[in-house]
Amino acid sequence: MKAEISSNTAHLMVSRGEAAGRKPQRLTIGRIGIYTFLIISAAFFLLPLYVMVITSLKTMPEIRQGNLFAFPEAFNLAAWMKAWSSACTGLDCNGVSVGFLNSFKIAIPSVIASIGLAAWTGYALCFWRAKGAEFIFAILLAGAFIPFQVFIYPIVRIFSTIGLFGTLPGIIIVHVVFGLPVTTLLFRNFFVGLPIDLFKASRVDGANFYQIFRHIMLPMATPIIVVAVILQVTGIWNDFLYGLIFAGRENLPMTVQLNNVVNSTQGVKEYNVNMAATIITALLPLLVYFFSGRWFVRGIAAGAVKG
Amino acid sequence: MATVSVKNLAIAFGGTKVIENLSLEVAEGEFIVLLGPSGCGKSTLLNSIAGLQEIDGGQIWIGGKNVTWEEPKDRGIGMVFQSYALYPRMTVEGNLTFGLKMAKVSQGEIEKRVAKAAGILQIQPLLKRRPGELSGGQRQRVAIGRALVRDVGVFLFDEPLSNLDAKLRTELRVEIKKLHQALGSTMIYVTHDQIEALTLADRIAVMHHGVIQQLASPKEIYRRPVNRFVAGFVGSPSMNFIKGNLETSNGAPAFRLSEESLLSLDGYPFKQPFQQGQPGILGLRPEQMILREKPPGATPLPLKVLVD
Repeated sequence: MKAEISSNTAHLMVSRGEAAGRKPQRLTIGRIGIYTFLIISAAFFLLPLYVMVITSLKTMPEIRQGNLFAFPEAFNLAAWMKAWSSACTGLDCNGVSVGFLNSFKIAIPSVIASIGLAAWTGYALCFWRAKGAEFIFAILLAGAFIPFQVFIYPIVRIFSTIGLFGTLPGIIIVHVVFGLPVTTLLFRNFFVGLPIDLFKASRVDGANFYQIFRHIMLPMATPIIVVAVILQVTGIWNDFLYGLIFAGRENLPMTVQLNNVVNSTQGVKEYNVNMAATIITALLPLLVYFFSGRWFVRGIAAGAVKG
Repeated sequence: MATVSVKNLAIAFGGTKVIENLSLEVAEGEFIVLLGPSGCGKSTLLNSIAGLQEIDGGQIWIGGKNVTWEEPKDRGIGMVFQSYALYPRMTVEGNLTFGLKMAKVSQGEIEKRVAKAAGILQIQPLLKRRPGELSGGQRQRVAIGRALVRDVGVFLFDEPLSNLDAKLRTELRVEIKKLHQALGSTMIYVTHDQIEALTLADRIAVMHHGVIQQLASPKEIYRRPVNRFVAGFVGSPSMNFIKGNLETSNGAPAFRLSEESLLSLDGYPFKQPFQQGQPGILGLRPEQMILREKPPGATPLPLKVLVD
């Protein structure tokens, strides 16, 4: 009798404290299906990149043989060198390196200015309950959805009147202005998600509106700043249209020069040079995504939950 | 130490009047609890005293100074929030010193005050940590410390214990009371928890619909509620209300529950005289009903008891 009871309790303990039954299988048919799909999609998107890389490493005679997927006989970096420093973009033959520098000159001030302004505007829209704040926010929201091509001609006219057309400050202002709606939205939604008590506590502590922003809110906004930087860097770096129209002959960004390299009509089409120039141009956004992917997803997710 | 007085306060959100013509006098060193259900305007009242809520009429005086349009920092108050509201990217020390740095207090003075506050609240080992690495009770201690280092005469608490578990709540309640006794500062404390109110307060202001229903000592609130709202809100389980009529029988007041049941109210003082047969409501606290053999002098009360 006694033994029976103790065995009963032992059984109970097992069922409560430890895992019972068969361990669930890790490799199910559904899982195999998912992985097959993922691998195929990855291959699909990687294939063009693969072709680009190997073509850029081939010599022209080798390319003419037509074996698109074949590995190069020898790694030949001549095309890369040419793309960087001596490919012809119209009349000048200095490669895309000039554009590379120009793109940096455009992107760095634009990113810093647009994010600084957006963070401040988003913060003000969220915490400064001024009359008309909602209205301004609504206008800003609308600004994010109006196709930007509509603005191009008026801005060209305005800029040429005030002498900004075709200058570096001109293109930077254009990037900042067009980046503001979305980035402000990003920051505003992030700040709305923060507890209002934090703002109140720092007011009691005697911080003024700017000090609260600088010392309390901005340090908390790191994830959303990272997201905004990624969006702006890739957006501005990849921009073609604004650069072509507003930057002026001296400051043409890399994308425009790449187009000139690839579409120049005289002589033979040098596929290896074109491929190399394209990879060089795409390198920065690629690296940004590669190194910040985790942050990017985290920031977007945080924005989604809190906004 | 400072007095706080609220004079004819009016606050409206959009078109809705939340508080209208409210006045409250808090004596120096007094512990006042604002008690009421959610949405009764108690937090709004506290925020307006802190200067965090713009008011539409009336005045607020702290320490004999009209601070109605002063910034929160200039009012001589410290505030503790329900959500702790600690600055997440700063260490505990950073949290404690932020306000002092903003006020450009000298480094020596800052160290002195932090050491003192940390000593009182026993948070010295936590000074280098971030709020995220603290438990709820520790966070609230730090939040109290942040109010403490400001070295002010009035402390405002906005439901400081509502986010804590029951055991911690009891512990911190005791600590807040001890703190009050040690510092002797004026404290205004908002809560919807009547146990906190009854145990902490010198006086309780029971609020409902933006109006202070009764302002009195906990004992007075419990024993002599001025109206049915206060009677029903304070006490757990809450008071039973029984309809009936007031009568005089044998020269003493009594309450008629039904034809055959009459409850003597002999010895209970009445605020105002009543007419024979006037309808009334009898309030009975459950904890004061005793189920047992009839002792001499007690009134037997045939009642159906529903326990749920």
